[in-house]
Order: sequence, then structure tokens, then C-alpha cells
Amino acid sequence: MPSAAPAPVAPEISPARLRVAGLAVARGGRVLARGISFTLGPGEGLIVRGPNGSGKSTLLRVLAGLLSPVEGKVLIEGGDGDDTAGALAHYLGHAHAMKNALTAGENLEFWRAICGRPALEPAQALERTGLAHALDVPFGWLSAGQKRRAAFARLLVAHRPLWILDEPTSALDAPSSQAMAGLMGEHLAAGGLLIAATHLPLDVPGVRYLDLGEGI
Amino acid sequence: MRALFLRELRLAARIGGGAMMGIVFFLILVTIVPFAIGPDLNLLSRIGPAVLWIAALLATQLGLDRLFQADQEDGSLDLMRMSALPLEITVLVKCLAHWTATCLPLVIAAPLFGLMLALDGMALAGVTASLLAGTPALTFLGAIGAALTSSLRRGGLLAAIIVLPMAIPVLIFGVSAASAASGGTVPFATPFMVLAALTLASAALAPFAAAAAIRALGD
Repeated sequence: MPSAAPAPVAPEISPARLRVAGLAVARGGRVLARGISFTLGPGEGLIVRGPNGSGKSTLLRVLAGLLSPVEGKVLIEGGDGDDTAGALAHYLGHAHAMKNALTAGENLEFWRAICGRPALEPAQALERTGLAHALDVPFGWLSAGQKRRAAFARLLVAHRPLWILDEPTSALDAPSSQAMAGLMGEHLAAGGLLIAATHLPLDVPGVRYLDLGEGI
Repeated sequence: MRALFLRELRLAARIGGGAMMGIVFFLILVTIVPFAIGPDLNLLSRIGPAVLWIAALLATQLGLDRLFQADQEDGSLDLMRMSALPLEITVLVKCLAHWTATCLPLVIAAPLFGLMLALDGMALAGVTASLLAGTPALTFLGAIGAALTSSLRRGGLLAAIIVLPMAIPVLIFGVSAASAASGGTVPFATPFMVLAALTLASAALAPFAAAAAIRALGD
């Protein structure tokens, strides 16, 4: 991790709010979870827990606007009128959304340009995730844990109040997992929102928990 | 948009197999034909434009199946769907980049390969112009097939089966424009205009069709 004053994760986050009411999510026509309701305000985090197949990932994809809910509503309100999930949320899925043939820096530069509302430079973002040396290394050459951290760095290159993270610390060793949890904590401290699905313990202070049962 | 275009070109160049593979495949197809038909120069020069067009049609299908599949597999497509850039524009930009990386080299190489089929000057010019005007339509139509099969493991062949019938009008007018250039009953402009119209129509419609397919499959 960097020694000299690290660049802040989120110097300016517009206040946002996520309201979920009576949500039911389904995959392939089978309802996995039903009656999910919660509200997240600035600085609040929610960790979704549950066994495999309980609908954690599906719930996150619904929140990100990638799947339609079977019933219920997802409302994301931003400060500045643009209330789409794409404008207000970062989604980090199981896949890294990075190209093996491009360097970690090029990948991040691309997402920074596509996402808009740029935050950290790719080099700074990689430094914050402990990968400063990987800037010019093709993404495909990185190890599984390094790939996950480089993918995490994408959250830092553009401002989004809501982070939707699916197993953010999978493939990470304990110190890196701790470091990513630290970044999530910083995001919350700056007034961001966080919702993460995980089956690993995630040490982010002050988060609430949502437990999904076996698929209904 | 510029970032997306540059990324696609860079990927095509890095991964290899893009431009070079297309040209080599094109060259092989064009080389095989005289072996199959025999060294009859008159016959070759008569069917030359058609051979070049069929070779170009098949060569453009190479790599097209990966147009969305690669992004679907690594999760990039999810983020593109979430991004503020409309998916239709994303599709359009990806098609243009794909055309630049794989079809433009074919168009540039076509006059050279035409020489191997005993085409004369006018026919070479006609075939090159018709390929320049017509290959974008092949890419755009191919994008529809690529989008429909983006979530399939081995969607390439299925994509070709979906796309090739749709490409028949392009082939007909492309070949007739190319043949008209070296003399014939129709003036060059007539089929050429229709070919250009097909390209423009597919550029206007295919991004919507492909984007709709991606959205439908994502849900």
C-alpha cells in the first residue's frame, strides 16, 4: 500500500438514496427471493448474505438494472436528477469486465472514459488497490487476486454514489481483503452507499446485514 | 465513443487474428478458385468479381461472432448496458471499429487479389468500389447474428447461418455493380446506388436490432 498521502477514494459524492420495496427476483422463471425491502441512505452499507443459489447475485443484478424484478420496485435517487442505475451505481460482478489483452491501465482508462464523472487517474486507483506496478502489465498476466483488485480499482476511476459489489473479495488473501474493506469503509465515510453480496466475512464498520434464505 | 472505438481497434490489433487472419483467409479463398476451375483466363475474369465478393462475404464472418460474445463473457457488456451511452450507439461504434479492423484491409487488398483472377483495370476498380460500399452492410447484418448468439458458447456457425441469407441482397447488388464496371447492360451507378442504400439502411436498422437482442438475452 502507498506510503505518502493516498488519493482520496471519493472526495465528492452526491447524496443518493436507494429504496427497495417488496422486491422479488427470479432467475430462469424461478423465484429465488421475495419480499425484499430496505432503504439505504448516504453513508450506509448493506451486506447480503445467504447460501449459494439464494439469489444474492440476481438481487444485485436487479439493483443494477440489468434484470427486471418480478415484482416490487427499485428506486435510486441521485442528487442531480439523473436517476438511472448506470449514472448512480458501479456494478462489480463475478466477471472483471477487463480485457486480458489490454494493460490494467488501459482497461481502467477505457472505463474512466466510458463511465464519465472521472475520479482517480488509473495509476492512482491501482496504487490504492496495491497494484501500482501493474499499470503497464497486460491484465491477462495478473494473478486471480490481482485481477480482482484491478477490477476493484475500476470503482475508483469514476464517481458513483452507490457501489453494488458481488463477492468483492473472492480470490483475495486476508491482507488484500482487509485493504478492499478499507476502501469500502472510505467510500461509506465519504457519504457513499454500498451493497455487497458475500459469503466471506467482510470487515466494513457500521454495515447492516440482509440474510436471504434458501430459494423459495 | 472515441474511447470505445480506440479500445476495439487496439483489441483487434493485440489479439491478432483480426485483420491479418481475414486477409489471409481471403487470399486462400481467392487462390483456391483457379485450382478448382482451371486456368481459363476468360472464365476467371468473368467470374472474378463474384469470387472476390463471396470470399469477402465469408472473410467478414470471421471473428464477427466474438463481437459481443467476448464482452458478454468478461462482463464488459453488462457495464456497457448500464452506461449512459445508448446501447445502439455502442453497437454502431463496435461495428465501425470491427469494419475498420477487418473489412477495410480486405477492400485495400482486393485489387491485388483481383489481379490473380485476371481482372482488368475497370473491373478491379469496380470490385474495390463495390466492396468499399457493400462490406459495411455485411458487418452490420453480422452484428445482428453476433448479438443473437452472444450468450452461446459456439455461436459462430449459428450466427453465420442466420446472417448469410440476409446478406444475399448485398451480394447480388455488390456483384452486379462490380460486373457492371467492366461493361455490361446496366450502368455501374444503378446497382451501386442500391448497394449504398443497403449499407445505409443496415447501418440505421441493425444497431437497434442487435441492441434489442442483447437486452432480451440479458434479461
